[in-house]
Amino acid sequence: MAAVSERTVAVLAGGISHEREVSLRSGRRLASALRGVGLEVREWDVDASLVGRLRTDPPDAVAIALHGGEGENGSVQAVLELLGVPFVGTPARACRRAWDKPSAKAELARAGLDTPDWIALPHTTFRALGAQAVLDAMIDRLGLPLMLKPDQGGSALGAQVVTDRAELPAAMVSTLAYADTVLAERFVRGVEVAMSVIEDGDGPRVLPPVEVDVVGGVYDYMARYTPGAATFHCPARLGSAVLATLEEAALAAHRLLGLRDVSRTDAVVDADGRVQILEVNVSPGLTETSLLPIAVRAAGADLGVVYAALVERAVARG
Amino acid sequence: MAEPPQPRRPSVVAPAAPAPTERFAARTAAMTASEIRALFAVASRPEVVSLAGGMPNLAALPLDSLAVEVADLVARDGQVALQYGSAQGVPALREQICEVMALEGIRADPDDVVVTVGSQMALDLVTRIFCDPGDVVLAEGPSYVGALGSFAAYQARVVHVAMDEHGLVPELLRSALHTLAQQGITPKFLYTIPNFHNPAGVTMAVDRRAEVLEICARHGVAVVEDNPYGLLGFTGRVYPALRSLDRDVVYLGSFSKTFASGLRVGWALAPPAVRDRLVLAAESATLCPPSLNQMIVSRYLAGHDWRSQIKTFTEAYRDRRDAMLHALETYLPDGCTWNVPDGGFYVWLTVPEGIDTKAMLPRAVTARVAYASGTGFYADGLGSSQLRLSYCYPTPERITEGVRRLAGVLEAELDVMRTFGTPARPAVGPTPSRNGPQAPSPHTP
Repeated sequence: MAAVSERTVAVLAGGISHEREVSLRSGRRLASALRGVGLEVREWDVDASLVGRLRTDPPDAVAIALHGGEGENGSVQAVLELLGVPFVGTPARACRRAWDKPSAKAELARAGLDTPDWIALPHTTFRALGAQAVLDAMIDRLGLPLMLKPDQGGSALGAQVVTDRAELPAAMVSTLAYADTVLAERFVRGVEVAMSVIEDGDGPRVLPPVEVDVVGGVYDYMARYTPGAATFHCPARLGSAVLATLEEAALAAHRLLGLRDVSRTDAVVDADGRVQILEVNVSPGLTETSLLPIAVRAAGADLGVVYAALVERAVARG
Repeated sequence: MAEPPQPRRPSVVAPAAPAPTERFAARTAAMTASEIRALFAVASRPEVVSLAGGMPNLAALPLDSLAVEVADLVARDGQVALQYGSAQGVPALREQICEVMALEGIRADPDDVVVTVGSQMALDLVTRIFCDPGDVVLAEGPSYVGALGSFAAYQARVVHVAMDEHGLVPELLRSALHTLAQQGITPKFLYTIPNFHNPAGVTMAVDRRAEVLEICARHGVAVVEDNPYGLLGFTGRVYPALRSLDRDVVYLGSFSKTFASGLRVGWALAPPAVRDRLVLAAESATLCPPSLNQMIVSRYLAGHDWRSQIKTFTEAYRDRRDAMLHALETYLPDGCTWNVPDGGFYVWLTVPEGIDTKAMLPRAVTARVAYASGTGFYADGLGSSQLRLSYCYPTPERITEGVRRLAGVLEAELDVMRTFGTPARPAVGPTPSRNGPQAPSPHTP
């Protein structure tokens, strides 16, 4: 067996999803972190050359820094499984379940985990049944403001808050530019918190929750990727009981959805201290402003060391 | 239900980035991450037909002979080519630039030429020496996005003047100046792209040129003429530069479209007083433009039939323009209109009423086609019904495929709009924060 420092890792980043740019930044950061702990790293985009590269120049393991599309919906993972290439992250089938926000929320809710009430509908349903009647029913159920999101995808692309009934139809058109199905969710005021789960030792552990503080706006794409646009507090400025609840929720979601190695669960803590899970990510962002690296740092750990351990775990799985 | 929150306890503040972000100048507040820029990252993938960028097609350049020239240049003149040079630029190149400008009727003294790092730097320098924060600049509507970026960087306010199929409309220029004069405002300059406009694709009619100059002179407004495409006409006709009619015009030129954009060699031709200030500003910006790149351009102009090369370029661009126009006619839905450019790189497309081209861009990227949405070419929020299509870089076959995909995107967007009876919501405005002041906070015990 090769020593850790002799491992060769292929970091997959880029792809052709709407989140390509973020993924490239995550990939560069991860590659640098892994090189920093002595691993040999190749940085590969996901394109027609990938399978050939994996066959002719097989790494010891693949680390996935892809966001959106094939990198999170299980497609790339399925190909890696098909080729027998060890990889860091969640297996293909579980990715597919977690990636689809309505499916993941349904599973969380079934297991008794709190998640804001929601409705997910494709454009075709609105067209067939008449948009206005369905939108009215949606508002009656979820109230205002409400959150619209594409049913798949991350980085808050296409996500928007609707405060006024009159704005809803136009907001639907905007969000449907990102996906054919919209997830409408009750808007919960409170503190946004992200919990990263890693399995770098004996079983999954939760890193200190990161509180996101965006003054005067939602945690949208601009706030996520503009340094200084958001302030992060780690651990979150919450009582120990709430922090414990957050950590339990993240672990429960990680286990329930069959996630592996690494995940991030985003939640909001409302005024009553209730934890509501917003979504779960199988490939957390690793950019300079991303939440998992902040949590790693706050835990006194090193991103390269953490991911090197995950690489070892992947290699050991075979 | 979870137990009520506990009193706040000490926590580690982990800023998203180092503290310097808090010290950024106010004028950089708009320099943030954007969804649109993120989507353009996908356009670099080969699966995507990008009709967005204005990259020149360099395939026709004689790369082998250029390689020999550059090697010889470094071998023979490396001590000069790799050394600092004059802030104003290499004298021999400035003489050659005057020969290039002569094709458009400009008689210039090489001493009035300032070589810059692309004409974008010339634009930056011109704005720097003329504009204080709050000053007004007139620009065609729409206008070059890079110019709007320079104006914004110096906190100048842009007032757009509309065009028609013959370019800037003199009557509207008069009207804009009159309105501003009533407010006690004299714009610092008019920024205009008279030939094969970016993004509008139109050319200012010859009989309007003197009139525009006369209007500006009467109101004490300088004229900045940006002319990167002037030699790229498809009919063989070369239009007289505004500078050829008025020596006070500040003229910006570039080798990016006629030779090689990667060399970043452009220039400004300016009256002596302006030239002197430009040279001093250039010194503080870059000390000097890259000597090697200037000397490569100079060698190219001296040793190659660059006029024939431009003809080769324009023939390729004309073929691509034709492919695009044919595809637009063939595929686009009713309600679309566009201009027919007779030079340059761009078609300016107006989409069916209600479609917001910026909001539609994610749909286009999903369909593997990219364009530049119209709002980027206005400083005042207009342009949501327009988009710019570039035909300069993709092959005619790819252009056809790209337009076919774009047509499908437009149809899909219209379908969704019909369902909801409304256009898309424009760029998301102020939205409530989850943790804003109105929200009861779990931080508060």
